[in-house]
Amino acid sequence: MNRDAIISCQGLQKRYSYKLALNGLTLEIPRGKIVGLLGPNGSGKTTFIKLVSGLLTPTAGELLVGGHRPGVESKRIVSYLPERTYLNDWMRVEGILEMFSDFYPDFNEAKARDMLARLGINLKDKLKTMSKGTKEKVQLILVMSREAELYLLDEPIGGVDPAARDYILDTIISNYSENATVLISTHLISDIEKVLDEVVFIKNGQMVLQSSVDDIRASWGISVDQLFREEFRC
Amino acid sequence: MWKIESDRPIYLQLVETLQQQILTGVYPPGGKLPSVRDLAAEAAVNPNTMQKALGELERLGLVYAQRTAGRFITDDRERLEQMKEQLAAEQVQIFLKKMSEMGLSRQDVIALLERAEKEME
Repeated sequence: MNRDAIISCQGLQKRYSYKLALNGLTLEIPRGKIVGLLGPNGSGKTTFIKLVSGLLTPTAGELLVGGHRPGVESKRIVSYLPERTYLNDWMRVEGILEMFSDFYPDFNEAKARDMLARLGINLKDKLKTMSKGTKEKVQLILVMSREAELYLLDEPIGGVDPAARDYILDTIISNYSENATVLISTHLISDIEKVLDEVVFIKNGQMVLQSSVDDIRASWGISVDQLFREEFRC
Repeated sequence: MWKIESDRPIYLQLVETLQQQILTGVYPPGGKLPSVRDLAAEAAVNPNTMQKALGELERLGLVYAQRTAGRFITDDRERLEQMKEQLAAEQVQIFLKKMSEMGLSRQDVIALLERAEKEME
């Protein structure tokens, strides 16, 4: 397995009692890229991200994150935005900032404060009182303010309006640290494909395709979004 | 300004847009280009893709990199003129091909152009 890749896995399997969510996934994700993890609902995207973040353990197969098995070492370099929030919604923004500073040595609090200020977010506000779009933005700011080697973003643009999507994508491209990789899972491909270097298509827990966005456009003459619709036509 | 079509590689479209911006003086000769990150954010594209497009512009001699100061537009006006002519010639080729597909003769096309010019005046 390639230890230079930020994520490397071979025959990765995850079984939930009766259901095989990942079925022998083998792939490598290089450093310094923005990569889209694309697949229909139930294809194994979130399971894969949870395995990489160390929240789940594999049933079988090998997985290395930054050259380490998921654990303390890998968690230090991974900044993870889950699909659903894990922050308590009674918390105020300033309390969350304090928590992140305590928790993560690589958290750039000044940067986070600056981005929050530019959005006009009051540090005394509680998450509970924010709209869904604002809550997403706050969480993204927290995650992108870490100087991590790998950002895992699980559906960062799901359920927010197009203007908020633009803000989120802009925040991602302007803030990931140099040589870091951003892995974004989504099925809203047309919104996101311009910011991706590469895409990985997964289906039924296996990889179907890994390619650069421009290679797909050059060889098929269609966008990644169109290719996805053809590949996964119901 | 940064319209990206879905059927062609993104970096080629970035090269074309930047070429256009340079030749129309949005970025004047000898002027400094914004950083890769800023240009990528402006176009809402991947920074590596923007980097590749800028590399292509360097290869074409429209842009040069200075180690620490960033990227600048060439002040070689001859090269810029040459590039402008080349792009214009490409557009004319495309136009003439379409006209001949529509069955128009060279005379028809010239007549149409003259009429269009009068109407614009």
